[in-house]
Amino acid sequence: MMIEIRFHGRGGQGAVTAANLLVDAAILEGKYAQAFPHFGAERRGAPVVAFARISDKPIQVHSQITNPDIVVVLDPKIFELVNVVEGLKNNGILVANSRDKPIEVNVKTYCVNATKIAKDLNLVISGWPVVNTTMLGALVKASEIVSLDSIIEAIKRSFSGKLGEANAEAARRAYMETREC
Amino acid sequence: MGQGPILQAPETFFIAPLSRPAPGSVGKTGSWRTSKPVVYEDKCTGCMLCWLYCPENTILKTSNGKVAIDYDYCKGCGICAAVCPFKAIDMVSEV
Amino acid sequence: MPLMSLTGNYAVAHAVRLARVKVISAYPITPQTTIVEKLSAMVENGELDAKMVRVESEHSALATVFGAASAGARAFTATSSHGLLYMHEVVWWAAGSRIPLVMAVVTRAIGPPWNIHVDHQDIFDQRDTGWIIGIAQENQEVLDMTLQAFKLSEDPRVYLPVMVGLDGFILSHTRAPVDVPEQELVDEWLPPRRQPYVISPESNYVMGNIAPDEVHFLMRYSMHEAMEAAKTVIKEIDKEYGEVFGRSYGGLIECHNCDDADYIVVITGSWSGDAKVASDMLRENGYKVGVARIRYIRPWPKEELEELGSRAKGIIVFDRAISMGGYGPLYSDVAGTLYSNGGKTSLVGVIAGLAGVDVGAETFKETITSIIHKIEENGFFFEPRLWLLPKDYSSREKMLEVAKRWL
Repeated sequence: MMIEIRFHGRGGQGAVTAANLLVDAAILEGKYAQAFPHFGAERRGAPVVAFARISDKPIQVHSQITNPDIVVVLDPKIFELVNVVEGLKNNGILVANSRDKPIEVNVKTYCVNATKIAKDLNLVISGWPVVNTTMLGALVKASEIVSLDSIIEAIKRSFSGKLGEANAEAARRAYMETREC
Repeated sequence: MGQGPILQAPETFFIAPLSRPAPGSVGKTGSWRTSKPVVYEDKCTGCMLCWLYCPENTILKTSNGKVAIDYDYCKGCGICAAVCPFKAIDMVSEV
Repeated sequence: MPLMSLTGNYAVAHAVRLARVKVISAYPITPQTTIVEKLSAMVENGELDAKMVRVESEHSALATVFGAASAGARAFTATSSHGLLYMHEVVWWAAGSRIPLVMAVVTRAIGPPWNIHVDHQDIFDQRDTGWIIGIAQENQEVLDMTLQAFKLSEDPRVYLPVMVGLDGFILSHTRAPVDVPEQELVDEWLPPRRQPYVISPESNYVMGNIAPDEVHFLMRYSMHEAMEAAKTVIKEIDKEYGEVFGRSYGGLIECHNCDDADYIVVITGSWSGDAKVASDMLRENGYKVGVARIRYIRPWPKEELEELGSRAKGIIVFDRAISMGGYGPLYSDVAGTLYSNGGKTSLVGVIAGLAGVDVGAETFKETITSIIHKIEENGFFFEPRLWLLPKDYSSREKMLEVAKRWL
């Protein structure tokens, strides 16, 4: 069974890194996985997307993801700019950085105030809260696609020392605070 | 850099674009001349400037510290005569 | 040991590290990739004992590693698209010299207009240069093929440089699980550097001086013979690599569902994976479709394709490149090969996915199905060029609309 995930964010928020870390965690669990950015000229602040596939069998396909099982939205304002649920499967899941249900959709939606968590933990670069690791905690809570332990292990392998600790804590807190909305 | 490469002859028909420099690979070029350089030993100081400029490597150093010409390969361009600061080389017509 | 999560670019870098390459050269700006970025980090932190030579152009990058290889060092460079075209002259010189060398090519579309996405126009542009040219499907194969390239290039039956192609972004920037072999195992398997001659003050050789026309002709013949020998060596290395590292790919082509196939799809690169998934779906619909993925475009897998052509009803070739005014390059080679059975096999060439336009399993399935219907309706179908135009632009009116917008 293959799960396809699409991340929406703004350039600089870490959507590509989120896809990479998710795939690192899946590989740590012995699963097959692919993470790839949207292939364009990305720039800071502009809406960006990144993709991931996770499967229990080797993944042969290399085409783009048009009908994701899960959509993760890193920025609350993106909902006004992009139709984030385009192509999302009917039985899919939407995971949003939002205090309340961000849009009226017929899919299971999970909310977390990731911006607040990232700010609390001082995960801020050039004034911007970096919410990617927080949203991974929310994604795990919403889908159980990989374990929280694997996500934390993947985070710590990519970021050492205090930075790794803060990002791991962000994932943990989001896992606790994420709820269906 | 550690151990050097191992040279090994290929087992298939193999021919590489290699050559080694050797004198006269297209025959003796001295026959191309229409005039030849002649060295006046009394004026030559052995400064070897002609040797430096000769494009064909045909200036020879003699045992008494002067220069001589390798007429087998000298094409008679006259550069040696032109650069000699002591006017010790003259070009003499051969035709 | 768990698999590493690596992009295709990093998979190349690890293979180069494991081969204990001594000299790397690159022009460090676009279209250079993170291959040499990773390698320079490896050199900096002591994981790789090599000299990193930064130069001002790709032409110089290949000339530098070519010089180092001529002098006896195992050497490597990487490039992509326009960088590859810029070094094209030296590509010929390196092959003609018969000095073993390895280069990774991240395959990308050629401008104008500027484009950073995958197609195979750049690597097929090198087809006739005398380099062995492999194209991988997955990041794991990228690592394995690069590592094998050193052994292949340095085999005395071959002595030709090897190019390893990996699809831009689809492999180069995509993370996937990769098994990175242990250094000790690689050291046992990969012999020390071998080469036919060394350029040095002592050897006093000159490479590339004028030779009589007849001798030049013989050198081309000799290179062709080495290519033929490389077919055997590629298969040998693939087999022994499987015994040591547990992965074999089948030599010059990798066949999926081919055994009893009525129709064979011929394809190369990462989108072969989508074609394989399509072939599985077509099997469920009762169509016996196999996929022959070309792993090496040079030497050309003539014998393998002759065999497949002799028992298939139809061959469908997918090209991610086009010789404008001619055919897709894979198609041309397949057509040349299939004529050996008198042109009895139905043959169709499809031009698709240029400039990175996405072609997924569903599109493959639809395209292959409609071609099979043509073949079955008429008993025979021959079409060298079918254009699989991007979705929504398949009518002339739509194309004109786009053309006006971009005028």
